[in-house]
Amino acid sequence: MDTHLPAYSPKAVKRAWLALAGALGLLAIGTTNGLFVAPPEHYMGDVYRILYIHVPTAWNAMLALTFAFFSALAFLWKNDWAWDARLEAFVETGVLLSLLLCVQGSIWAKPTWGVWWDWDPRLTTTAVMLVAFVGILALRHFVDDPRRRAVWSAVATIVAYASVPIVYFSVQWWNSLHQLQSSPKTVDAVMVTPLRINAFGMLLLLLAFSSLRSQLARRRLARELAPPPAAASLALGGEG
Amino acid sequence: MSENSFAIYARGLSKRYGRSWALAGVDLCVEAGRALVVAGRNGSGKSTLLRLLAGSLRPDQGELRIFGDERRKGRAALVAHAAFLYETLTGLENLQVVARFLHKPSGRADLEPLLDRVGLAKRGDDPVQSYSAGMRKRLSIARALLQDAPIVLLDEPYGQIDPPGFAWIDALIGQLRAQGKTVVLASHQVERLAGLCDRALLLESGRAVWSGSAAELPAAFARLEGQRRERMAG
Amino acid sequence: MNQVIAALRKELLLGWRGRAQAMAVIVFGSTLLLLLSFAVGPNATALRQLSGGFLWVSLLFASTLSLAESFRQEREQRALEGLLLLGAHPAALFYGKALANWLQLFVVGAALVPVMIVLYDPGLSGIGRLLGVLALGTAALSAPGTLHAGLAAQVRAQQVLLPLLLFPLMVPVLIASVRASSLLLLGDPMGQAASWALLLVACNGIFWPLCGLLFGYVIEE
Repeated sequence: MDTHLPAYSPKAVKRAWLALAGALGLLAIGTTNGLFVAPPEHYMGDVYRILYIHVPTAWNAMLALTFAFFSALAFLWKNDWAWDARLEAFVETGVLLSLLLCVQGSIWAKPTWGVWWDWDPRLTTTAVMLVAFVGILALRHFVDDPRRRAVWSAVATIVAYASVPIVYFSVQWWNSLHQLQSSPKTVDAVMVTPLRINAFGMLLLLLAFSSLRSQLARRRLARELAPPPAAASLALGGEG
Repeated sequence: MSENSFAIYARGLSKRYGRSWALAGVDLCVEAGRALVVAGRNGSGKSTLLRLLAGSLRPDQGELRIFGDERRKGRAALVAHAAFLYETLTGLENLQVVARFLHKPSGRADLEPLLDRVGLAKRGDDPVQSYSAGMRKRLSIARALLQDAPIVLLDEPYGQIDPPGFAWIDALIGQLRAQGKTVVLASHQVERLAGLCDRALLLESGRAVWSGSAAELPAAFARLEGQRRERMAG
Repeated sequence: MNQVIAALRKELLLGWRGRAQAMAVIVFGSTLLLLLSFAVGPNATALRQLSGGFLWVSLLFASTLSLAESFRQEREQRALEGLLLLGAHPAALFYGKALANWLQLFVVGAALVPVMIVLYDPGLSGIGRLLGVLALGTAALSAPGTLHAGLAAQVRAQQVLLPLLLFPLMVPVLIASVRASSLLLLGDPMGQAASWALLLVACNGIFWPLCGLLFGYVIEE
């Protein structure tokens, strides 16, 4: 019936802590570079420097939700509990990064456009996905049976993720006054280097957090899925 | 006999609700055409076992085969505590819904004999919400008869039925057996069923504590009750 | 296919028996339409501008009631489980239910249109095409609505969970339906309503196959 019981792996935890250290190192280098080495931007001055953290957050938030989507598919396909642990980890880190992204977007929007919220398609899509995936975390919280929790949250994740492109396009059409997507090519090399360093730093951070979180989920699953205790001495004899 | 030649073959069958195990490591073999009675107190796992056999629950551990196949849905008819009925539809309409899903004739004339067989001929056009518990049970039995599956699972067949109806249930079990159905019953009525079944299984806290011939069930049940009294006293 | 028809017949029969419930949903939607105008104030121009949005927000809120109701009857005596035990195909049960919910939501929406016209006085010229948009929008609401209602019906906190899971997914449907409806009601000089309708078709194209595929996982035990 159920194929694999998830095992807690101390090795993976050790790797995760190493990745976390690497992530903090990279983020420190990238951010120092972004704040002090890169020149101020022509139009936005120093305000633009939030992009050094904002853009890597955006990429990795989307990446986390993409990983969650593939974990959901893999769980339904393989019936392997390890994918349920990963799904839980990626949904949580994805929600965390999306929340950070919305906060950073507001911080950027205020000095740039004078408002806290701009209906930019990327930011709005992130906000919609944030509430969608918070709903999935709530679903996981309300279901006690591990099998149902895993299957239902996988289903909800697949449907939510499949609607990302239509959310994005609908918001884009709805509000067609927005700036063009900035790609690293249009920006100076001195400005790009810290962005790249931070992007990898954030990726390592995402992988470290997700790995730690999924090990935690494995521990809980191992407890929930433990086999029944050995029989007490109830037997009455008989033919067996 | 190989495991695939049994109508029902289960090994180490376990089912968990939250943290507690409703059924833990039950082994079970029933040959085709035989009748098995599953006895035990409330909460001993009888209903869970029947729902697992019917396919409405998924085992958390263990192996379960119906005629050598892990596929369960559609192969056993279950009469359970929940009657599987739509409250706002009439008795006849409920049977029509079932008949349509089974691609069977669903006209009034096709289904009225069945309503008559379970003693609901006069109430077929009343909505189920106006039925008494006993009438719901009878309609639920009609539903299972309509399904005409090779295995029939009856959870507390005498429950909600008034005592004059007991003989009718006895006769029904006899008819099912005469048709060659494999019958599994969950019941407290150990004395009554000892004569109607071949085999018996006694459950206690989700575990099989005794199995043997149905004729010996009342004695085994009494022994279990005796042990329980001793434990309570000691 | 036979099973889809069997499931649809069952749903229509249940829906007809529960038509008092559908009436209550319409009354609830009308109440919402009335309440939303108090959020704006007695400004006829603003109300007319917002009429399309109010219609869809009311319909979306009212839909959670009828979607949840469609699974309450299934849960009462575990009737849906009973049908699965007969060997009924989950996808057939899903499409029967989603089609019936679509019909019911369309009827609710169509009943709210006159209320909206009376309250906000938008133009009457695009009413025919508005019903077309209503059909597309309620279809895109019905498929994921049925899936998530089936899921939420089995969870403790179902009243909270259904809108929490469903509404974020409905953002594109809401945007497209509101834009298309507003254009049809207030005038569509650029002929943009069609492209919004196309977006609704795309939503349906994604949701109907995907949700039918996933429904089996939701109702298996």
